Amino acid sequence: MRYITSGITLTMLTDKCTGCGMCMEVCPHEVFKAEGKRVVIAAKDRCMECGACELNCAFGALNVSKGVGCASALIKSMITGGEPTCGCSGTSGNCC
Amino acid sequence: MADKLSEIKFTLQPAPEPNAGQSDGNSCCCIPQPLEAEWSGGVLQTPAGPVCRVSTELTRKDLWGRFKCRVSSFRDSYTVPPGLYAVGEPGIGPDGGSDIFVSANYKFSFDMLRRELHGMNAWILALDTKGINVWCAAGKGTFGTDELIKRIGAASLAKAAGRGRLILPQLGAPGVNATGVRRATGFRLSYGPVRAKDIPAYIRAGYKADRDMREVKFGVLDRLALSPMEIIPAMKRYPLFALITLLIFGLAPQGIIFKDAISGGLPFLLYGLISVLAGAFLVPVFLPFIPFRSFAVKGWITGAAAFVITARTFAFFPYSGPIGPNILFWADLVFFPMASSYTALQFTGSTTFTCISGVKKELKAALPVYIASAAAAVVLLAIYKLLVWRLL
Repeated sequence: MRYITSGITLTMLTDKCTGCGMCMEVCPHEVFKAEGKRVVIAAKDRCMECGACELNCAFGALNVSKGVGCASALIKSMITGGEPTCGCSGTSGNCC
Repeated sequence: MADKLSEIKFTLQPAPEPNAGQSDGNSCCCIPQPLEAEWSGGVLQTPAGPVCRVSTELTRKDLWGRFKCRVSSFRDSYTVPPGLYAVGEPGIGPDGGSDIFVSANYKFSFDMLRRELHGMNAWILALDTKGINVWCAAGKGTFGTDELIKRIGAASLAKAAGRGRLILPQLGAPGVNATGVRRATGFRLSYGPVRAKDIPAYIRAGYKADRDMREVKFGVLDRLALSPMEIIPAMKRYPLFALITLLIFGLAPQGIIFKDAISGGLPFLLYGLISVLAGAFLVPVFLPFIPFRSFAVKGWITGAAAFVITARTFAFFPYSGPIGPNILFWADLVFFPMASSYTALQFTGSTTFTCISGVKKELKAALPVYIASAAAAVVLLAIYKLLVWRLL
């Protein structure tokens, strides 16, 4: 299944990539693949902008505007002016 | 033994926390967990204090809890206390070295993990994700670098369990910087598979996940399991919709006419149900087969098809009544597929592949259409009522 891909923000600074493969480990959609001693973006249209690769790249080679792909969170953030975060559960303050 | 257990029953907590029983503004799980908890399997003494051992069998109560999470807001408060737990007979103390699996304190996630650790000797470190599953919590940052570092310290992990391999679920990666955790705590961190059921194979393969274990799937059963929590929240608005519908159709210059409310409002009430089902059930289940990538468009197409089929099946057209059937048809056609579209758009939050840039694009296009459609439906309904009252 593919979603709307024209605005996907994932970019890679190939000269910073050391080919450690960490991005390939954390990506849930096989966006990256090894090519020689480097890793390349092989399927950008599969990226869901979760931000796992950027956060776990120790060399700062990846950049993506991460966020939740959730209409409800975005509508709520438009109304409240806050950041769009997943608020479908666990917001009641109840615990244990 | 029984006396000994009862003695520590109300002092036991999953991990020895420095602030146990005090509020630090973040931690709220200060209530001691009774040993009678169905998932408890006794106590393990460690140099850092007692640790609760968990069973790897799920009881009927656990399964019932899982079911309730799928169909109600029960999931909002289904938690285990954050901290350290033991599975089997892990190595105790600084030289322990058994694997340490990190999870969320959402009991559904916790249960999925402990079930897959059957026959293993390991530790579970439950982070305080405020009762939210790993992936969503990682997106919010509660399953994150800071919380993991804090929890490792609070549980005196190196003292209680040693410096074994810290295995995180792969879907925790959007919140955790592995390098940052290693630098701050000295623990070696590995990302395990996406699904807990692949953990035994991951370990057998020498702590390596293959491509299949690394990929998130979203099959029809996954989508089916999510649909109740799409339908139920949408249906919460239905009583208000029904009340407004009956009022509109019953309203007459001389007051509310009950007979008109029922005869005129019935098709509307049925369309309302159908449009919720189209957006919250048919779209999720048949997602890959409905044309276009936009969820709003998928919802509109499905809603329009469901509307036409319902109208033809029940032969609602032309409406009984003296005048205005065509106007009412257009009001229906403008409103109900739009309602399905809006409902389907909400499913973007439950999928495993939608990105924020795409949802922003959808919303930018869809919201003005929704507002215009709702306004047009109201105007058409008003014209219909004025025609019925012979004021136009």
